[in-house]
Amino acid sequence: MRSTTTSLLLAAATLAAAVPLSACGGGSGGDPGTVKIAYQRSTDNKVRIMDDYLAGIKKEFERAHKGKKLKLVPVQASQADYYSKVQQMMRSPKTAPDVVREDTFLINSDIKAGYLRPLDDKLAGWRDWERFTPTAKAAARGEDGKTYGVPDGTDTRGLWFNKELFAKAGLPADWHPRTWRDVLAAARAVKEKVPGVTPLNVYTGKGPGEAATMQGFEMLLYGTGKDPLYDPAAKKWVAGGKGFRDALEFVRTVYAQKLGPDPSDALDPHVDARVATDWLPSGRLAIALDGNWLGKNWVPSGDKPWPAWTKVMGRTPFPTQDGAAPGAVSMSGGWTWSVSAKSRKADLAWQVIETLQTERNATEWTVRDGQIAVRDDVAKAPKYLSSTPGIDFFTGLVKYTHYRPALPVYPQVSSAIQEAMESVTTGDASVARAAGRYDDELKSIAGADGVTARER
Amino acid sequence: MPGARALAPPGTGRRGGTGPGGRGAARRAARWLPLAPATVLLLVFLAGPIAYCVYLAFTDTQLTGQESASFVGLANFRRAFADEDFRHAVVLTLLFTVLSSIVGQNTLGFALAALMRRASRPVRALTGAVVIAAWVVPEIVAGFLLYTFFNRRGTLNAVLEQLHLPAQNWLFTLPILAVSFANVWRGTAFSMLVYSAALSGIPREVTEAAEVDGASGPRRFWHITLPMIRRSIATNLMLNTLQTLSVFGLIWAMTRGGPGNRSQTLPVFMYDRAFLKSLIGYGTAVALLLLLVGAVFSVVYLRLMREEV
Repeated sequence: MRSTTTSLLLAAATLAAAVPLSACGGGSGGDPGTVKIAYQRSTDNKVRIMDDYLAGIKKEFERAHKGKKLKLVPVQASQADYYSKVQQMMRSPKTAPDVVREDTFLINSDIKAGYLRPLDDKLAGWRDWERFTPTAKAAARGEDGKTYGVPDGTDTRGLWFNKELFAKAGLPADWHPRTWRDVLAAARAVKEKVPGVTPLNVYTGKGPGEAATMQGFEMLLYGTGKDPLYDPAAKKWVAGGKGFRDALEFVRTVYAQKLGPDPSDALDPHVDARVATDWLPSGRLAIALDGNWLGKNWVPSGDKPWPAWTKVMGRTPFPTQDGAAPGAVSMSGGWTWSVSAKSRKADLAWQVIETLQTERNATEWTVRDGQIAVRDDVAKAPKYLSSTPGIDFFTGLVKYTHYRPALPVYPQVSSAIQEAMESVTTGDASVARAAGRYDDELKSIAGADGVTARER
Repeated sequence: MPGARALAPPGTGRRGGTGPGGRGAARRAARWLPLAPATVLLLVFLAGPIAYCVYLAFTDTQLTGQESASFVGLANFRRAFADEDFRHAVVLTLLFTVLSSIVGQNTLGFALAALMRRASRPVRALTGAVVIAAWVVPEIVAGFLLYTFFNRRGTLNAVLEQLHLPAQNWLFTLPILAVSFANVWRGTAFSMLVYSAALSGIPREVTEAAEVDGASGPRRFWHITLPMIRRSIATNLMLNTLQTLSVFGLIWAMTRGGPGNRSQTLPVFMYDRAFLKSLIGYGTAVALLLLLVGAVFSVVYLRLMREEV
């Protein structure tokens, strides 16, 4: 009797549990002929560069692979939210996309977490791999020496300036600052002679996120000396560096002396879009420390078509702190196509990446997204060289460029840098205090033995 | 499970069945049978995730950048109490809760309910509709509405400019005040409804008797109205507080917890640590501490309800 009851209970319980559980398991693990590709869709509904490009790839892939389907999985979110979302998707085979677009900024973090599949076996038999520049190949290399992604372009950074506003401020159209002082002097001249115009934009704080760290802080920091952020020889992060404080002081100066945008605008998460589609085209910003991609906002198909930009906007490399050799600084990042470790269709996923990286498609993508080429065949393509004014200038910055220390904890370090920048921007903390807090934060991120102190 | 007792026949507790393994035990088990599916569902979908959260809080799980997580005991909690930002977030959370829920929503809701009892029908309908409209818009929509209202180039400044009053930039200078206002704007309707119901539940004879005895308005309010709706006050405070403690979307849409960390309440702090800095374990520990803050408030209100006047 009792055993009947118990077994009845068990049966009921199992049934009750099984019904909803099976109902929840709607992964795509189901259909063996469907490959899923996850990418970030812009939160600006007018921007569909990636979607349009991938729609073409989907057609091509499905034509070449009869009976197979390529399913686009757009994640419409800000960059930080995109990272969190795909990381969570990749934690379970039910939700993991097969092909995933990874930012080199955190690829090492995801490699270490075991989210990605090494691609060495595929790359070995792939002729196009020789076309890639060595630095680009290294961008997706894990600490284990294996390669986890195929880069699809890179970027460089420098100064954009408005020649018309410069003329009003009595500054030359072929402006070529040699030191930080020259940059600030030009900004002061604009402030004095062209009222109502923001002289200089340097991204800062947690709002713009990685843009603040890379376009803002690291462009300054890497002009202060050798390995100012991470010492690769000692394998330690650098604390208490003079360069760090000097870079913070530059940021503080820009905002304290009102040479930059109003802090409430500067800390707005959407400030990068406003710089590109509002402040620069409307002539309300004279100098922008920004990336090579700005131009793609102003072409006829861009967010904010602005035919005059080719005449109005000048470009110049960002100088080192005191003009020390090599005289200019640039930072580079970029994205890769990778295969999720939990994907059950690695072979198909790799074929998708091969389709993405035919010479024709790679050129098409580099041009459409306004990227800097990472393949020598694309770099020589006439279509690329004539794609947008200034592409030769930004391609030329590659020789000055630095890559971020691609380590798993980099995203946390970046976040600590943003907090330091934000506190000097708002005036909440002095440079010394903000740098001190960064040092403490660094120790908690990398451990006391993962940090080396520089002489004050 | 409130249903469990209703199913038990009278006297089961006292008679104690017919010993273990006998028919009584079988009958008792059989009585539980209809509840089994619901119990299992609750265990799987409610207790399961909660238990997993509690477990996570004692590990160093990260969203990325880590090969495997390990058990770290109380390290996350120690880290929280040593973290200046965490303490700052606790203070802001208390400030936000007291300002917007206990002071703002609660008193404003009561005032509206009391005034509407005396108002004419059209006025009542209109006020009710406006206040409740603010409540029914989704949190994120309310967040963006109020962002455009308080923004430096937003509606509020446009109005102030028309009136030749000085402009404000609260989202930047006093963000915690701006989000508290937003929460009052959005959440007052609920208090208003609770108090409307409570006030209409006071028997007319009692109030009339007091009037005949010559009690003034304030005295009637203090000695009659308040004691009679005490339980509603406590219930309303409890629900409001718990809701306000967990407000995330509103603050995220308006300020993202910034500038700096000047409006980073615990839920925003939690999100920052768990998803932006990938420290899932630490974020979950903070979530448990937030639960604790809510529990403290709840206990206070429950005592308030129990005490006899």
